[in-house]
Amino acid sequence: MHYSMSDFVLDLVQNSVEAGARTIRLEFDEKEDGVQVTIVDDGCGMDEAGQARALDPFRSGGAKHPGRKVGLGLPFLKQAVMLAGGSFNLVSEKGKGTTVSFFFPAANVDSPPAGDVVSLFMTVLGMAGQAEMILYRRRARDGLSYEVRKSELVEAVGDLSSASSLSLVRQFLASQEEG
Amino acid sequence: MAKMTLEQLRALRESKQKELDKRSVEGKDIQVIVGMGTCGIAAGAKQTFDAIVAALEKHNIADKVIVRQTGCMGLCYVEPTVEVVMPGMPNVIYGKMTSEAAEELVVKHLIEHSLLDSHIYDKPAVDIMKR
Repeated sequence: MHYSMSDFVLDLVQNSVEAGARTIRLEFDEKEDGVQVTIVDDGCGMDEAGQARALDPFRSGGAKHPGRKVGLGLPFLKQAVMLAGGSFNLVSEKGKGTTVSFFFPAANVDSPPAGDVVSLFMTVLGMAGQAEMILYRRRARDGLSYEVRKSELVEAVGDLSSASSLSLVRQFLASQEEG
Repeated sequence: MAKMTLEQLRALRESKQKELDKRSVEGKDIQVIVGMGTCGIAAGAKQTFDAIVAALEKHNIADKVIVRQTGCMGLCYVEPTVEVVMPGMPNVIYGKMTSEAAEELVVKHLIEHSLLDSHIYDKPAVDIMKR
């Protein structure tokens, strides 16, 4: 199982990319009483049977690994949330898209650490594909709040696979973190 | 440092671009591919990715390099793994690439064109090296 919340989120965003989403919105909100994360995509979505399969650890829909018998992204997350007394929600409609949200209470010792959110954003921005990524971050503790869009960053620095672009985006995100 | 605006980011890029134009540009023909499967992430691949980008910037070769992510390369026991593809050098998959090793990779492999012997986990095989 993943160690930090950021790492759990990475798998969910990857799911959205594989679902053919054109727009993916990721909200990482560190509230006073815990961390609320929401991922909204407009990918292919799932009917009720599909949602049940997504939460079954012994089923995988990934085209990337045809022989694989397990799919652990959502099941492990749900398990971690339950162990920590948080909440987990999966809402999906076939053809419309999927929304996954979860909350880990700060007061529970079993809640995983938030992890490195900037690295998470960097990894998400560097994912292959043309999907628009809207990344929102808020932290109640010090009033930090910002939102970035992949399209705006690409427009400003060029293709994000080049190391020089990535380095500029890193600086940009670091400045948002300080502001 | 205050929050940078997109406008400032664009300006920063343009000033960098001018710097780059002054140097001889050979085109982006070096690819560095970081294994970012669950195994890689667990072993610190995100930190390695960041360290590689930072080292490329530090040694002024960021404009020649493409850094990409990929899934598990099947070498989970030596994660984080990094593959390097560049002209004049054999394709190599390096393992145990901690962020400290990332700088060594940039200096030795990308700049000095020599291999990091203790980190090679796939290719070059002995026969390739003899050739």
